[in-house]
Amino acid sequence: MTDVLPGVLADLTSHRGVVVDSPPGAGKSTLVVKATKEMVSSGQLPLMIVAQTNEQVDDLISRLITALPPGVVIGRLSAQGYVPTPRVAAHASVTVGSKVADLGPALIVIGTAAKWATLNDGQWPWAIVDEAYQMRSDMLLRIANRFDKALFVGDPGQLDPFSVVESERWNGLTWDPMQSAVAVLLRHNPHLPVHRLPVSWRLPFSAAPVVSQAFYPFTGFSSGTGDGDRRLSLTTASFGGGPVDAAVETAAATGWALYELPNRHTLRTDAEAAAACASLAQRFLERGAVAYSEQAPDGAPVTASRIAIGAAHRDQVAAIRSYLPPSSEITVDTANRLQGREYDVTIVLHPLSGRRDATAFHLESGRLCVLASRHRHACVVVARAGIPELLDAHPSTEPVHLNVPVKFPDGWEANQSIMAHLNGHRVNV
Amino acid sequence: MSALTALARASAVQAGVAQPIATVRHVHLSSRPLVFIPLSLAGEAHAPLAALVGSSVESPQLLVVPQPRNRDQRFGFAATLAEILVSYVDSFCGETETVAVDRGRDVRERYVDAPQILVPNGGGIGFVRLFGRSTRFRRTTGEWAVDPAVPLLGRWLTFFAERAEYPGSSMLVSMTGALGMHWATGQSSVEDANLAALLGWIAPPAGMTGAEAALEAEDPLRWPPAGPATDPTFDNEVLAPAIESGSLSTLEKALRDQLEPTWELMWRGVSLLRALPAGSRVERRWADDRGAFTGYVEYVAEGGFPQAKLDVAVAAAQRLAKLERAQALYDAQRAYDDPLVLAEYRLTGEAFAGSVVASSPDRLDASGKKRVLRPHITVRSDDPVRLGPGVTVVSPARPAQKGRIVSVSGSDVVLELSGGMGRGLTAPPGSVPEVGERLTYTTLTESYQAPAAFPSRDETPWTHGGPPAEYVPDNEDAAEEWS
Repeated sequence: MTDVLPGVLADLTSHRGVVVDSPPGAGKSTLVVKATKEMVSSGQLPLMIVAQTNEQVDDLISRLITALPPGVVIGRLSAQGYVPTPRVAAHASVTVGSKVADLGPALIVIGTAAKWATLNDGQWPWAIVDEAYQMRSDMLLRIANRFDKALFVGDPGQLDPFSVVESERWNGLTWDPMQSAVAVLLRHNPHLPVHRLPVSWRLPFSAAPVVSQAFYPFTGFSSGTGDGDRRLSLTTASFGGGPVDAAVETAAATGWALYELPNRHTLRTDAEAAAACASLAQRFLERGAVAYSEQAPDGAPVTASRIAIGAAHRDQVAAIRSYLPPSSEITVDTANRLQGREYDVTIVLHPLSGRRDATAFHLESGRLCVLASRHRHACVVVARAGIPELLDAHPSTEPVHLNVPVKFPDGWEANQSIMAHLNGHRVNV
Repeated sequence: MSALTALARASAVQAGVAQPIATVRHVHLSSRPLVFIPLSLAGEAHAPLAALVGSSVESPQLLVVPQPRNRDQRFGFAATLAEILVSYVDSFCGETETVAVDRGRDVRERYVDAPQILVPNGGGIGFVRLFGRSTRFRRTTGEWAVDPAVPLLGRWLTFFAERAEYPGSSMLVSMTGALGMHWATGQSSVEDANLAALLGWIAPPAGMTGAEAALEAEDPLRWPPAGPATDPTFDNEVLAPAIESGSLSTLEKALRDQLEPTWELMWRGVSLLRALPAGSRVERRWADDRGAFTGYVEYVAEGGFPQAKLDVAVAAAQRLAKLERAQALYDAQRAYDDPLVLAEYRLTGEAFAGSVVASSPDRLDASGKKRVLRPHITVRSDDPVRLGPGVTVVSPARPAQKGRIVSVSGSDVVLELSGGMGRGLTAPPGSVPEVGERLTYTTLTESYQAPAAFPSRDETPWTHGGPPAEYVPDNEDAAEEWS
């Protein structure tokens, strides 16, 4: 990563834009912070920073405050009625306002894309756009006149932006508003340099090759840690055993487990699968899992806040949560909202579990990629049997449109690749 | 498919007849819609073959292209269709009403009624769109000149096709789409695209189940396809010999026989839909349609260009934003109008219904500069409440009043109310829900959303290719990239 930054910044002086692709956990945020620091020290100011959600903005601010030299004022552009979170409000070097004029002498102005889009004037010579693959191109259209040069950072393997409107009207147009900002930017400016971060510091040695092969087939990345650098050990023995314990043990030993329920067509909120997700997550706590890694060579207990359960739909999330005690601190959320987050152990309810058909939504590679790449140690996938057969019965039948670039990875292929890997880690119920 | 629709489909199989999935009608139905059933020739991309068109069940007009491969005859068909369609459209350019626009800052005139075209299925909408595209750029002078009515027809067809993309619009409606919105059948959604089969499920003939009626509808001799594609056996055994024979009356009879059963079905569909009471917000959406119609009439009268083939970057983004706003509003309006639609949101946790068990209508919030009336009510719900504190909800029964969830404990939800209670510090009687009242609250909102700001066309940024070239009408406009 340290090698990438000088090249990126050098390219930015000679091009209007630079794109940095980052696989899961490859230090995207660190890159943004370091790039900001460099730009501050070389006087590439004023600088605008665009993130996609308020949470991302607050995250970035708290990381920037500690990294930047004292005295650099950060202006947080926010909607009216925004109440600064404690981590932002605690710092004197952050000013908050809904207009640029309210921000005082801030040379770094940071806000969500939606907020930037409300500005009608102002011009910043430099910009950093974070999570640019999560931003739709119509949003970029609304903010692009605010900056001269921009660094776009994001993960191409994650979920594409979406729209509640289905329309084929703009298919094949280079400025298709439904495409991601980076896709449109690169189609109009194909000569812009694209850099890649080559190492995932989050994914363990057991996961990086699997995720890389399935979701980044042509660019690839490796894990920053080697075989055996990360270890998950269970401090208590199971009483009587059973499939839940078997899955927990398999995941602890190999980094992966497939907890396979009997084949059945179910409603989206499959009660058995939801209960299984909850009991697997709790079992990691009951078994006293301890994570050994480069960050904690002497071991750190895997607490509830270090475990997440991910699903495709919000009603599934609600169903899973209903099987957890109300006070539980285990995170349960949809793939969309888990983007950019990191845990020691994740439990994933497979998007195709119990389905009769494989729709484009459920096949989208980004969804599975997000769910399968949030963990530092182990990932347990919960699914009904029969997903490979379901995939075989539903080959991709999306129509091919003129002038639409072929997109990789293919969701069907990625799903097959992950299932093939999980087959070796299967625990039957 | 939602759980409720899945259940309705299963019940339809069991009952042998389609089950309602809406309690009110969500589409506007004109008192004199123009029913339009187009047919195209197989093997020739988008060549019109025939059409049955008319605004009353007794008097369908049959249009036929004797040799569909002949381009002159194709534009002759377009000219005849233009005469019918444009005079139908013109018949609505009469009485107007004055309405406030721009949030009351201005007024404008709007026609009191507007045209409505009904086609059998999604393919019919596709035909309208493509036929509009192939006619609206034609020149009326010089080489390949066409009747002046043809490009005008193209603009109107394109206008209708673009309205059909707009969520909640009823200007161009497919019958299978309109029926499928109100009934769930026991067959797949692909089978539902067959108008005869769909109507077989909804209103099976006496002594028959829906499944039997749908099976019968698969016989192309009894129920010819509703177009635009024709039955291949008909093409081979009837149509080809009739075209070759050169006898117009033979051809007309053959095509009339293919189209008339669908004509009957279309009007049966119309009466089925008319039998449903209209949702209370249908008229509001139709008013938007009338506004769009008035606007386009004015635009044509001012000599505006035909609709562009492609949206430029800014226009595409603006249109998407408009469609998204319309979709959100349409979803909310349907749920507000129809408890059965709202039930779907209750199942997914975006709404909950319950009874008011506690109410403090005089509660004041003194935390700000000024004291404000902020009553609290507690709603006890049997629904799984999946909304958390801070979320704003609205009840369809009291759309002017917002509730912010203060807390959720078990089945009790505490709401802080604002709006709809006047300006004073005491709530007028009836403006705050009373104990015992049953209410549904949902996150769907039909409140006004300010439109998003976009750069002008000349300010298209470098990321989107810069400003596009100005449009200059050209003789080659009608040509396609691939033609």
